[in-house]
Amino acid sequence: MIKGFTIIFVLLFIGDAISNLLNIPIPGNVIGMVLMTIVLKYKIIKLKDVKPVSDVLVKNLAFFFIPPGVGVIVYFNLIKSEFVPIVAAWVFSTLLVFAFVGKIQDRLSKRA
Amino acid sequence: MKEIVGNPIFSIALTFLVYFIAQKIYSKYNFMLFNPILVSIVTIIIILKVTGIDFHTYNKGGRFISFFLGPAVIALGVPLYMRFKEIKKEGGLSVIISVIIGSIVGILSAALTAKLLGASKEVVASIAPKSVTTPIAMGITEKIGGIPSLTAAIVVATGILGAVIGPAFLKLIGVKSKVAFGLAMGSASHGIGTARAFQEGELEGAVSSLAIGLNGIATAIITPIIFYLIYKL
Repeated sequence: MIKGFTIIFVLLFIGDAISNLLNIPIPGNVIGMVLMTIVLKYKIIKLKDVKPVSDVLVKNLAFFFIPPGVGVIVYFNLIKSEFVPIVAAWVFSTLLVFAFVGKIQDRLSKRA
Repeated sequence: MKEIVGNPIFSIALTFLVYFIAQKIYSKYNFMLFNPILVSIVTIIIILKVTGIDFHTYNKGGRFISFFLGPAVIALGVPLYMRFKEIKKEGGLSVIISVIIGSIVGILSAALTAKLLGASKEVVASIAPKSVTTPIAMGITEKIGGIPSLTAAIVVATGILGAVIGPAFLKLIGVKSKVAFGLAMGSASHGIGTARAFQEGELEGAVSSLAIGLNGIATAIITPIIFYLIYKL
């Protein structure tokens, strides 16, 4: 378990450092996710060393979103005053993304 | 009382307890509106409102939980690696095209809908990057003059909406491929949608993880351009 966490936090640190040094808007954790795929692909680290920890984190990913979600409480008044545009944009845009990505990829996957 | 709830352990224990119960309820009834994240957030908000505890106090402990979003995103690289060959075979480069189109559609539709219905510029900037993972979305919002913590809340709300209605909606519009399913879940509703995609299968979850990364990069580049075009033209 310590090995797994070490790998993950070292990759997160490297990702953050790259994000900072290159001054790009891609956060360190997304860069770290790509690095994780690369180090596994090139056998720099072994799958069995990281999998027990990554399984726990991936399985409980949604849980970590609870506190920022509760944060909506701070903006109740702002949301109330602009309720219709916020809710309409939120729902309509989410459905559109599902429709476009789902349908386009469905076509492209079948052709491949 | 203030000292007791001001202890970060209070909100950590509360969040775990509420989520634990919410998961039990979900596994018993399996009804999509009982999504454990949705139920947990609503329950905690009600508890805070009733007891008069403010978010700042709650977040003294809460931030220790959200801290793990960082390492959890790194961990998504593992299923991505395990399913890489399958994704490449079924989707190939086409996944990049789909995600970029999805990114443009998502930003444009969110920003235009909000603006046409009379939202302030700050709110439009806060809602435009709503489909990508929290740290990317907050960074984009900051750049274009929105409110980053409002974005964080909208991002979570988008994730929940996607996790709750996404699978049924994709089925309704006739999306059949697993790659397309996962890609849409990750593109529209980032990590929370990805957690839901993993419930369908590891391939769906891995593709969804890939979509988080691709959509994050695309949206970080495209949002400032679209925002500029909407407000300057």
